[in-house]
Amino acid sequence: MTKAQRNDRRTKRRKRWSIAWVFVAPFLFFYGVFLIYPAIEVCYLSLTNSDIAGQGGFVGLQNFVELIGDQDFWASVWHTLYFIFLTVVPNTAVGFFLALLVVRLKRLRLPILSAFFLPFVLPVSVVTTASLWILDTNFGIFNYLVGSSIAWFQDPLWAMPGVALVTIWWTVGFNMLLFIAGLQNISPDVYEAASIDGANAFQQFTSITCPLIWPVTSLVLVLQLIAQFKIFDQVYLLTQGGPYNSTMVVLLYMYRQAFQLNRGGYASAVAIVLVVIMLLISALQFRLLKGGRAK
Amino acid sequence: MKKKRMSPLAMVCTGLTVIMALAWLFPVYWIVATAFKSETDTIALPPSFVPFPPDFGAFIYVIQNSPIFRWYLNTVLVSAVITFFSISCALMCAYALSLLDFRGKGLINLALMVGFMLPFGAVAIPLFMLMNKLHFVNTYAGIILPQIATPLSVIVFKRFFDQVPIDFRNAAVIDGAGDFRILFNIYIPLNWSIIWAMAIVTFIGAWNNFFWPFIVTNSTPMLTIPVGMTQVQSAYGVAFAKTSAIAVMASIPTAAAYLIFQKRVTQGVMAAAGIK
Repeated sequence: MTKAQRNDRRTKRRKRWSIAWVFVAPFLFFYGVFLIYPAIEVCYLSLTNSDIAGQGGFVGLQNFVELIGDQDFWASVWHTLYFIFLTVVPNTAVGFFLALLVVRLKRLRLPILSAFFLPFVLPVSVVTTASLWILDTNFGIFNYLVGSSIAWFQDPLWAMPGVALVTIWWTVGFNMLLFIAGLQNISPDVYEAASIDGANAFQQFTSITCPLIWPVTSLVLVLQLIAQFKIFDQVYLLTQGGPYNSTMVVLLYMYRQAFQLNRGGYASAVAIVLVVIMLLISALQFRLLKGGRAK
Repeated sequence: MKKKRMSPLAMVCTGLTVIMALAWLFPVYWIVATAFKSETDTIALPPSFVPFPPDFGAFIYVIQNSPIFRWYLNTVLVSAVITFFSISCALMCAYALSLLDFRGKGLINLALMVGFMLPFGAVAIPLFMLMNKLHFVNTYAGIILPQIATPLSVIVFKRFFDQVPIDFRNAAVIDGAGDFRILFNIYIPLNWSIIWAMAIVTFIGAWNNFFWPFIVTNSTPMLTIPVGMTQVQSAYGVAFAKTSAIAVMASIPTAAAYLIFQKRVTQGVMAAAGIK
């Protein structure tokens, strides 16, 4: 290789380098300033006693020490886990069930699919408005039709199940869509071969549909877990964390500490612990799902 | 082969599915029906299931007594700007990640995965402080800027760009085309359908976003519809027709976008989840 060739190559490489950075720069700018920087900053803030304007001094691990003894915080962790318990698996199961119903339809398929998916594209405040009205104790159509008198969002026993019910109604269409895609990817030949071998519908369901849909199921479970950890909007709009703090979830607790009690540093510590718990449980779930797949 | 007739079991199944779908839509119907009633009718017993003749009083009241058109304007503006910049940035970034070799690529891929896992709520506090320092609280910039970088769009576009045969780019390079021309004249036209799909999904997401606009705005004229409507509702107290009317008005754009671009939305949602 001559010297000229080598030089030529080097400039070419440098040119490609710089053009690549021109392409990624706009995205990286917004990503870095408005996500990565705050993500690093929240770690620092958790070690300070800052107010919400960011003024305050370094206090070491004091926030975390306080957090360990903070019963209201641990109650909010517990409520978040309870909400996850009430939504992740049920929302996945209902989504699968609806997908099974929809996927066998032909002419009716599109309208039925849209009926189940439509709530998902509505703003959360519309969903909660509708829920507060329909589930209203005295004038709600639900209690009228069922003949019950449940005070959904005023009764500590029913508040969280109520929030979970609303969440499932709102978001299950998304899960259904993923399951429909998964069901369509299963080749009809497999079913045909099975029915030639004399497998009935139930056997086909348990030994073909269920195992072959498993990758989608585990994907939905992972996405659900990540999504439900972030519960804030519905709770804020339906119950404000009440009654008697029975629906106080972690992000709402963080919001209260930061924006109502003006404790930015402490709220940051809450955020850190939330992320750590989320990562731990996601890792645990990942291992469990991997085990399920191996079967 | 003889034409298959529907078995009775299949017919029952279909019938149940239709009933379930109608039940699923009932809350949506009910809020629309309530919006067209007078306040006294809403709490009448037994309830009237069809508001006939329709009463437009609730809509007129909401339009006259709340800045709903200002909120509409805010939300349209914010969502449109977010969608445009979010998709543009994602396309360029995905192009570089898919087709160009450069140092730091692995790091960017890693950062994308981190952003995907990180709950937005966890960075809300430092983000608010940053906006406060920049004097962006209660401004459009404050609502828009943090919503532009969406790692999900980058990941989706990268996957689609990876599937375009590399010969397309090589041929264009030989013809002397630069990377910007290759992106705009080859990669974008070839992937129009997924770009549209992601754009519509991004728009609906930005329109519906509650958490961030709720944190960064508190002055009435700067609110977006999902945040503003809750403010009005708490001021109304118990007034079901009025709260329903404003809810109906808030959902028309996203519901219409979904019903018109149904296929695109479905495609976008599936692509975002990594299926197809």
